[in-house]
This record gives sequence, structure tokens and C-alpha cells, in this order.
Amino acid sequence: MELIATAHNGPAGIAAARLGEEDCRHNFCEMHSPLEANGARVEAERCYFCFDAPCLEACPTGIDVPGFIRMIANHNPAGAAGLILQENIMGGTCARACPVETLCEHACVRNQDDDRPVTIGLLQRYAVDQALDQDVNYFSRASDSGRSVGVVGAGPAGLACAHRLAVMGHSVVVYEAREKTGGLNEYGLAAYKMLNDFAQRESRFITSVGGIEIAHGKTFGHDFSLADLRDRHDGVFLGLGLGGGNTLGIPGETSAGVEDAVDFIDRLRQATRLSSIPVGKRVVVIGGGMTAIDVAVQAKLLGAEDVTLVYRRGPEQMKASAKEQDFARIRGVTIRFWAQPESVVHQDGSVTGVEFHVTGGPDGQRRPPNFVLDADMVFKAIGQAPQPLAEALAGFKRERGRLVVDANRLTSQAGVWAGGDCIAGGDDLTVSAVQDGKLAANAIHETLSAGGTD
Amino acid sequence: MSELKTSFIGIESPNPFWLASAPPTDKAYNVNRAFEAGWGGVVWKTLGEDGPPIVNVSGPRYAAMHGKDRSVIGFNNIELITDRPLQTNLEEIAQVKKDWPDRALVVSLMVPCTEEAWKSVLARVEDTGADGVELNFGCPHGMSERGMGAAVGQVPEYVEMVTAWCKQYSGLPVIVKLTPNVTDIRQPARAALKGGADAVSLINTISSVMSVDLDSFSAVPTIDQRATHGGYCGPAVKPIALHMVSDIARDPDCAGVPISAIGGVSNWRDAAEFILLGAGNVQVCTAAMTHGFKIIDDMVDGLSRYLARMELSSVGQAVGQAVPSLTDWQHLNLNYTVKAQIDQNLCIQCGRCHIVCEDTSHQAISARMNGRRHYEVVEEECVGCNLCVTVCPVENCLTLRTLENEVDLRTGRMIKSEEKIQWTAHPNNPMAAPDA
Repeated sequence: MELIATAHNGPAGIAAARLGEEDCRHNFCEMHSPLEANGARVEAERCYFCFDAPCLEACPTGIDVPGFIRMIANHNPAGAAGLILQENIMGGTCARACPVETLCEHACVRNQDDDRPVTIGLLQRYAVDQALDQDVNYFSRASDSGRSVGVVGAGPAGLACAHRLAVMGHSVVVYEAREKTGGLNEYGLAAYKMLNDFAQRESRFITSVGGIEIAHGKTFGHDFSLADLRDRHDGVFLGLGLGGGNTLGIPGETSAGVEDAVDFIDRLRQATRLSSIPVGKRVVVIGGGMTAIDVAVQAKLLGAEDVTLVYRRGPEQMKASAKEQDFARIRGVTIRFWAQPESVVHQDGSVTGVEFHVTGGPDGQRRPPNFVLDADMVFKAIGQAPQPLAEALAGFKRERGRLVVDANRLTSQAGVWAGGDCIAGGDDLTVSAVQDGKLAANAIHETLSAGGTD
Repeated sequence: MSELKTSFIGIESPNPFWLASAPPTDKAYNVNRAFEAGWGGVVWKTLGEDGPPIVNVSGPRYAAMHGKDRSVIGFNNIELITDRPLQTNLEEIAQVKKDWPDRALVVSLMVPCTEEAWKSVLARVEDTGADGVELNFGCPHGMSERGMGAAVGQVPEYVEMVTAWCKQYSGLPVIVKLTPNVTDIRQPARAALKGGADAVSLINTISSVMSVDLDSFSAVPTIDQRATHGGYCGPAVKPIALHMVSDIARDPDCAGVPISAIGGVSNWRDAAEFILLGAGNVQVCTAAMTHGFKIIDDMVDGLSRYLARMELSSVGQAVGQAVPSLTDWQHLNLNYTVKAQIDQNLCIQCGRCHIVCEDTSHQAISARMNGRRHYEVVEEECVGCNLCVTVCPVENCLTLRTLENEVDLRTGRMIKSEEKIQWTAHPNNPMAAPDA
């Protein structure tokens, strides 16, 4: 892909339409070209069909990777999608958003023999996309159990939990604060990962199994309480996500032009016209995870002239993989390591730059002198916090604000399970949230089947 | 670099690579291109008797079995012999031979099984100045329904009879092309020799149905919803061809017969294998039909370097060198013992060796060590079957180790290299000859 030139696009400060809509659409194209049928079979033939395959072990949802790849090789993509969706109902999103280079593809034995893993993510996408295109039906509901489960949050954890429960014959009501289904799949992943409204497409596929009602505009702790849920349902699953971005805790943080990366991506994802999203000419991103990469790249694709991502430690410590770092660099993002923001420089209430101190000393200590990066827009991408949920979750055992759960995703309260970003010990990945929802659904089903929890 | 110039039954060519009688040699245009590319010789696509030209199907006449990346592994065709007028072919043959005097030009023939038909066509071929004739007793499709091709090759008496006519009515060297669609290839080969053949060439194509279209329920290639069996060739048939070539090379009744080997020769390595098993030269078709004539460069260069590396100064010196290695099962040394061994530095831990041994063989490769993926041969169980070596994706990671003067942990027997025992003398063989 060739990026539309992004230098000298428009005025200083924060402005919309630095690039025309057509150029923006061009820039927000596929990260990787999807495989076509023969390309998929050729790539599938590279799979060694390992015994006790390491890729399968590396997948948080335990997808039978060699199994589905063999089906692709043998002209059976529908069967392949069946294997994938059986373990991961969001196989389509995970194929697009999973950091495969740290999971299944990292484990692939072909890294050892020819330095290039089987492109499992692209193969998975090929199979699932084929199945969605052809409207293949994989799931039918068991007979009505007469039991009902309340799920809070229509994100990956909630939807995965709801789907499995519905398949097992239970009735599910999903309470969702926002207008659309999908959670961070709809509002949080980078736009170029989820082209063509994929989150909605996948949500429709998931709910099409039946037995799932989604109640939009219902905020937990505001429109309804845990007690309400216990009254209405036989079991409860909390897939709340996290409430808001962490703060830097430095002077000037509230200046105009300083924004949480999650909010910016949210706006971008919901924009009808990408070019309508205002973006700075000089952008600084603070953070080191996937959200930091996503916001930096998207700012660049919208036409920001200069985007610098600053991370307080080195490339190895960065949560975003080396592949993601390269991905950002190829798109023109500058990455600076070993620097931590000390203050936001501002004038007349608006940001003009960020002052950093250097952290690269032997014990991580600061090394003078400080430096300042000019900026008219600053993104905080330093993780999300559970604080806004504190009140609603007051009665639960929590760890740094997040819910403590057992191996079955049961919280400290009987009859209440939880999963996704709101639980402690997670890794903020869609694929892990799906696994949480799946495990919780299994446990809920077992409990309800044994006559428990009303 | 060794000399590749060969003389096969007196027919000289700058290298031992001939294009087999097939579509690539159907007319002067193609043959000229082949010679320009560097091919040593051609066997001109089979000529029939004079008269109304042959009619081919106008639907698909080829089909293939594809491997990874759509490489052609097996190929079949339902094309008949040349569908151009006899006179046109003869005139082109004469011109091409005149233009390329240093290349071999052999003419393939297939006419009805009557003395007059053969006598008549042979005279006209001889007039072209061609170097020899090849009798097409091999094509298994179409023409065989009309009593020609494989229909002749499957009856040794006919093979001998027609060969004898050809020797009687022509001074040209006669190569008899054999069909593999027989139980014992030595029978038609012996018949050809009895009839006076100067050489045999083999194999022609194998009767085959390429595949079935799963949507239309019709076999492939499909001609208006119907299909017929075709002739199978390409890399997939090479092992069958090697077996048949070596069977003739080993047969005392065929001792010394020149063999032109055909069947899946795709590169110099394939050619070298056939030569080592007794072929004086090779004929190529499918490889050219899948890649074009340029493949000759690699064939010539590779074979020449190989011969030099083996200190063989000519193709002739290599002919038959591997024939003595072939024997009957009963003469294999049953005392020879090998064990699989895994080079842990090369192992990528795919576990394929383990699962195939565990599920389908001898449970001789363990999968875990201290709770980690680790594949190790269990010598107490290993029979040395080579299955693990076959499935290992990493070259030289899994190999076989020959036991020499050590105890076989599976049987508890001491293996002494100098002790050899064949089935013919084995104590478990009720028919064993005590002094064999």
C-alpha cells in the first residue's frame, strides 16, 4: 500500500480535512490483503499439522489451528470456520485484531525452520469471512431451558457468553449502555482493522442464533443495579469493560488538545466521514500498547504531519510487538523510547508541547536534560481504569479495582460471573475476553443445570 | 563437466535428452523451437496411415493432478496420434532433419496391424532421412479401441510380429515403445527383441481416470458431460517407470538391450536415475508441457556436472551402474539393522514423527521429556522403518543409523556387520536351503 503524502496538510493546530475523504479512505485500507481461495490453500499447505500443536496451545480460546488449516487446504473453508467458531465465536474479529505474532504465529514451528510462520491469522480470516459471506449456519439452540441470564455489556466477553448460553437453551438479556453492539470491537479497535462495519456484521451473526435480547441504552449502576439483575435472572455475567482512561497526573494535563486515545478512536470509528475528524498537525502519543500504536497510525493516516509515539521504556518492554512497532514506523510514525512526560506545555489553555525527562539510566532513573516535543495534539494511551465502576462493584472482591474471579470466571458473589477487561489478571485482548465469556457460560450452564442460582 | 554426446543404437545426439512422441513434437514449428532450445533429439509425434486425418476432440484433452502451489504432479491426456495429413508431416520431417543434421530425429508410427500398412508407411518415412522409427505399441486410449497402440503392446505375439515386419521392410533402427498397462513388462520386451528390435522405449502412459468433478458428477476431462480414460504421465509415474525399466535391465533374456527411458523425467536428477538403472537415454514430455523447452538448460548442465562429480566421463559410463543394487526381496540382508535418530539441534518439534509412529507404527518416538515437548527415539521399539524420516519436514533432522557390532535393543541380538543372512537361508523359512 502506498500512503497518500501526509506532509504539509493544512494549518497548524487541530483541524479536520487535512486530507480529502477519498485519500483518507485510501489510507485506511486493509493492513494485509485478505487471502483468496488458491492463495489460502497454498499457505495452508505450509502447515505441518503438528502433533499437540504449539499454536493451539498458544491460542487463548484453544482453536484447533492445524485442524482448520487442513480443512482450508482440502477445499473445505466452511468446515474450517466451523472449527474456529466452535471455540471462538469472534474468530472473525480475532483474525483481524489478535496480535498473532505474539500468540499462535509466534508458536508456529515454521519460525524455526524457515523463519516465517504459517499466516494463521490470515487463514482464519479467510475461513470465517467465507462462512459469513455464504451465511453458513453453524449453531442451533437446545430446547428452552426456562432459565434466564442477564449479561452486562455487549462487548466480546458479553456476546461470547450470551451466544454460548443461548445455544445451550437459556434466554439471555444483554444490557448495553451504548447504541451499538460490539463493545471495543465497535468502538475501540483501529478503523483499518475493522473495515466494512465488520463488528456489526459479526454481532448480527452472533445474535442470529436466537434467544439473545440486547437492551441498548442501559447503563449498569445507573439504569439498573445488580439487585435488579438478580431479581430478573437466574444468573448474571458482568462484561463491563473499563470505564475511562488513566490519567498522567502531570501539570497541564487538562489543556485543550490533550485527549484520551480511546475517546479519539471511538469518535473516529463512529464517523461517517473520516476526514471530518479533526487531528493535530503535530501529534504526540504517550504510551506503549496497541492503543498507542493504533491512535498514532490513525492520526498519521488522517493527515497529521508529524506523529511521535513516546514510551518510557525500551522496544522489548513495549506491549505493542516489534511487528506493530514496525507497522507504525512504515506508516510514518516516529517512536521514541526511554522518555516519560513531565508536564504538558500550554499557552492560552491549549497544548503547545510535552516536556519529557529521559528515563534510560541503568536503574531506570532519569537522566537530564529534559526535552520538549512541540505538539498541538496529545494522546494519552496509557491504559484504561476501572475507577468509574467502583461504586457499582462495591460489594465484590477486587484487585486494583478489577473483579477477582476464579478459573470459571465466578466472582466473589455466588451467581455472578465476570470476564473481559473488567476482571483482574486479564491481558486486554479480544480473544481473552471471548474465552472468559465462553468459560463463564459453561460454568453458568452447569450451575443452572444443577438447579442452582435463582 | 562430462561429455553428454550420446550414440543410442547408432543414432547420435549432442545430449541424451529427447522429446518424446507427443504434442511437443507434432510439427516443425515446435521441433525447431526445441532444437533451438538445445534438445538432443525428438521422437516425432506418431504418424498414422495415409487417408482422412485423425479427428481429435475439440473439448479438453488434458487434465492434471496438482500438488502444492498447483505444481503438476500427474497429467493425463485423451489426445490421439497426429491429426495432420501424413504428407505434411513427412515433408516437415525431411526439412527439419536437413536443417538439424546433428540432432536425433526418430519417427513414431502407429498403423493397423497388417503387413501392407506397415510396409507402406515405412518406405515413406525412410525417404525423409529420419534416423529411426519408434513403434507406438503404447497409447492406452482411443487408438487402442481401434486395435492399435496398447492393444498391440499387450499381446507379445503381435509385438514380435509387427517388429519383425519393420525390420524386414526398413533399414532404419527400430525402437519398440512399450505400454505399462501389462502385468509383466518383460514379456512384451522379450517379444520385441525376438522380432529383431534394436531397442525398447518405456513407459508409455498408464490408463487412468484423472478425477471426478464433484459438482457435475462427471469424470474429467469432461467432453459434453461424458469422459473416457486417458493416458497418465508426469512426475507421479516415475517410480512405476523406474521399476519397469529396471525389470528389463535385470532380465537375462533382455540382456544388453538398449533402453530409452520415459516416464516422469522432469530434470537431470530423474534422468540420472533412469540412466543408472539401465537407460541409454531419456525421453521427456510432461515437464516440457508444463514449463516449456527451456528446462533443457538445467537438464544438460546438471547431468554433466553430476557425471563429472561421479568421475564418469560419459553418459555411457553411467548406464546401468545401479542395476546390480536391485534384487529380489528374498536376497536382502535380514541382519542389517538401523535405528532412527533425531538431531535435537535441527528438530523444530512439530511432532509429526511421534504421531505417525504412535498411531500407525511402532510407538517408538516419545513426545515429552520433563513435561516439555521433546521427541526422542525409543530404540527398544524402533524397527528402523523410515516412516519418521519420511514425514520429518526438516532435511537431515531425522536419519537412520546403521548398527555395527552393537546390540539391537529391540531384539536383544548382537548385530555383527560381517554376518549377513538372506531369507533363502533364514531359519524361519521352511523352504530355506541350508547352504544358500
